Amino acid sequence: MDPVTLSRLQFGLTTVYHFLFVPLTLGLGWFVAYMQTRYYQTRDESWRKMAKFWGKLFLINFAIGVVTGIVQEFQFGMNWSEYSRYVGDIFGAPLAIEALMAFFLESTFLGIWIFGEGRVPEKVHLASIWVVAIASNFSALWILLANGWMQHPVGYVINEVTGRAELVDFFALITNPKGWLFFWHTIAAGLATASFLILGVSAYHLVRKQYLEVFKPSFQMAALVGLIASVLVFLGGHTNGQYMYETQPMKFAAIEAHWETSEPASFSILTIGDLTGKREIWSIRVPRVLSLLACNNFDCEVRGVNDIQEEYEARYGPRDYIPLIVVTYWAFRMMMTLGFLMMALSFFFLLATRKSFENAKWMKWVPWVIALPYIANSSGWILTEMGRQPWIVQGLLTVEAGISPNLTTLDLLISLIGYTVVYGSLGVAMAYLMKKYAIAGPDAALHESVDEEPESGGVGELLPIGAQD
Amino acid sequence: MSYEFLQILWFILIAVLWIGFFFLEGFDFGVGMLLPFLGKKDTERRAIINTIGSVWDGNEVWLLTAGGAMFAAFPHWYATMFSGFYLALFLLVIGLILRGISFEYRSKDSNPAWRRRFDRMIAIGSFLPSFLLGTAFANLAQGVPIDENMIYTGNLFTLLNPFGLIGGVTMVSVFLLHGANFLTLKLDGELRDRAREVSKKLYIVAAIAVVLLAVTTYIYTDISTKIGINPGIMPIASVAVLLVTILFINRKMEGWAFISTGIHIILTQIAFFTLMFPRVMISSTNPAYNLTIYNASSSQYTLTVMSIIALIFVPIVLIYQGWTYYMFRKRITAEKQSLVY
Ligand code: HDD
Ligand code: HEM
Ligand code: HEM
Repeated sequence: MDPVTLSRLQFGLTTVYHFLFVPLTLGLGWFVAYMQTRYYQTRDESWRKMAKFWGKLFLINFAIGVVTGIVQEFQFGMNWSEYSRYVGDIFGAPLAIEALMAFFLESTFLGIWIFGEGRVPEKVHLASIWVVAIASNFSALWILLANGWMQHPVGYVINEVTGRAELVDFFALITNPKGWLFFWHTIAAGLATASFLILGVSAYHLVRKQYLEVFKPSFQMAALVGLIASVLVFLGGHTNGQYMYETQPMKFAAIEAHWETSEPASFSILTIGDLTGKREIWSIRVPRVLSLLACNNFDCEVRGVNDIQEEYEARYGPRDYIPLIVVTYWAFRMMMTLGFLMMALSFFFLLATRKSFENAKWMKWVPWVIALPYIANSSGWILTEMGRQPWIVQGLLTVEAGISPNLTTLDLLISLIGYTVVYGSLGVAMAYLMKKYAIAGPDAALHESVDEEPESGGVGELLPIGAQD
Repeated sequence: MSYEFLQILWFILIAVLWIGFFFLEGFDFGVGMLLPFLGKKDTERRAIINTIGSVWDGNEVWLLTAGGAMFAAFPHWYATMFSGFYLALFLLVIGLILRGISFEYRSKDSNPAWRRRFDRMIAIGSFLPSFLLGTAFANLAQGVPIDENMIYTGNLFTLLNPFGLIGGVTMVSVFLLHGANFLTLKLDGELRDRAREVSKKLYIVAAIAVVLLAVTTYIYTDISTKIGINPGIMPIASVAVLLVTILFINRKMEGWAFISTGIHIILTQIAFFTLMFPRVMISSTNPAYNLTIYNASSSQYTLTVMSIIALIFVPIVLIYQGWTYYMFRKRITAEKQSLVY
């Protein structure tokens, strides 16, 4: 494989992996902060247990988010050095600001939250989890503004001498609608992810009739937040789609497999293409709905892939400007389907919580819903990033031109295999711990270490401390 | 503010970020490397980890910020160095991953094999970055092959030359000493005495390494032509400060011992950045291909915006990070009841 493919594969894999953990951090932080606040106000032990239990899961997840994030920060320079030279003037700024404003806050106050209980005043301890929640969402904002710029460059000029992009309007950079739309959609997706995790884990315990005082209120809360969040995700996604039509028409046509310009345009529910992925063989279509998606009315014209390809050739020179449509098309459908499913499910759960729902027969299936937002999140990023191909910066720089020229296939194979092995093992350790703590329930989480024998419900085999010497 | 002033300001700021990183993460790398050797019992190991538990991540962010600031202020420096040192940085990142995850996960299971594995990963994950950064910085001082397009033309083995290796060994041994001094300062009881004994032994290694590095700097870098035979106060002071550390260690003045290894690290880094200035990467291929603060920097506009942001936020960060250290200033004992997991 050539260095470009390997670099893309590595970036894609490591980033999608990073983003498996990010959404839960973004969403669960708010829940834990809220629960701890309720405990502070009411002194009701069950709030404390809730905060502790979900806090434990939050920490296990957070740790892996942090370490995989470090890779992201370095990869631009390591794998995409020409890209970094080209955009550094603009793109470096939000990245540096993210570290300065968000990462310092997040890491410092998380340290206080973990180690400060009983040592710092209770108010400070409570404030620190709020700071962590706010700061992690703040970090999302900056990285999404950075990514937004790659999708829709604003506030720059091309320097005639150096051929590089230079920042001329910082305000435009930080008010880029693309970045803010990403932020809206992503933050809501994070909340939905956390809600569905809480729903699933709570259901596991409710079915077993254990810790009702912790998991009933958790379930109710998550059903409500889950519904609000998935509606916001949908609205944000729809707005994203319309803005995409204006700014990245090729991506829009690609996620719809919309080959020919039409007015009004129909929405395809299912399309089978031929093996090249470049032509349609058969499809089921709903008339006019694509027009609705693109411009909120039923009969506007929506341009198709082939037209845009011609236009781009005229503008940027001959080559293939069409992304891999099989992927973008199916990723989009996957995400949307799951989005609707999540809205429906959380609405159903919310209705159910009005009666005594813990005995319901469907309850034992609920843990499976945890998977839904994870699949939707990954599909979302895959379509966002692969739909931008062949551009690394929309309309300015192609992916091949962004790569580090000094890297050999061997370098890349070593790092790709290395990351895969390390990430794989991390994932196993993390899944093991998540499952263990999720199943052990709040009593185990109350004790700071599983070494201490919990009153009820054991956590694996418990060895006396120092047994290893 | 003139363009040149901004470029110099950002050179200094990035130097400050690196210096802060080496000072802070220096001791927690040291603590990490010492962990499996110093902690005999599980509670002791937990106590050792707890000395840095609340701060290591905050310390690491200095590195991320240094990287981000290089990207924003000197994109060519960031691009050339990070792509050039590709495999070294890959190993560094792997080290940081293993370390970071281990701090969080080691106590979450009581199986001794699980814990031993993660403790070992903390040590390896602290050693790798220390060694690699020492090697990388020695190579920066010495110069690396860079062509006319600012592209690095060597490979991993180019970095593993004698001076690079001396740099790596020196950084590891200084961090070990710095870490041992930190532990002596933060721990209590028998564990503290043990840390002090280790620190005495490590002192000898560090002293030899530092003197060797100082001498070989004259052979491998252009310090004698650039600065002259008399290197000025910084490098001399930095070696001297390290050498007097033993007095503090022997007299059980652990606060001073820690401060003096810290000052040594700071002065060495200042000496390094003075030697580099105004270059950010020296080309061993042709001096005309050097990257300097003038040809590697962002535009005046970006530097201005970033300066405003840095001037507001750097002090804020310093204040709350300092405050955390103040809050967690109490010594840590290896008694089970008092340990936080
Ligand atoms: C929408 C949100 C989002 C996105 C798109 C990304 N990240 Fe991320 N990142 C976070 C949201 C986040 C977070 C929620 O703030 C994390 C996850 C877990 C955590 O501890 O913080 C984080 C951690 C994290 C860290 C570790 C911080 C620390 O040590 O505390 C770094 C260096 C990065 N990220 C860098 C990146 C880069 C360079 C990305 C682009 C490719 C990226 N992240 C994508
Ligand atoms: C965390 C969420 C993200 C995910 C899951 C994600 C996913 C992906 C994927 C799947 C690719 C490979 C596309 C391909 O090669 O066809 C990719 C490429 C890339 N993405 Fe992202 N991305 C994310 C966020 C970001 C952000 C925030 C940035 C920049 C700030 C970014 C910058 C890039 C770059 C530079 C490439 C490589 C060039 C390319 O292949 O297009 N990504 N990403
Ligand atoms: C309900 C219907 C949904 C619609 C109409 C929708 C729409 C979109 C669109 C158009 C994009 C691409 C934005 C761009 O590239 O400019 C996108 C991206 C994304 N989607 Fe969705 N989405 C939906 C549901 C979901 C759900 C349920 C999740 C996860 C819980 C999700 C997570 C994401 C993520 C993480 C991205 C990448 C970041 C971004 O581009 O904002 N989406 N979505």
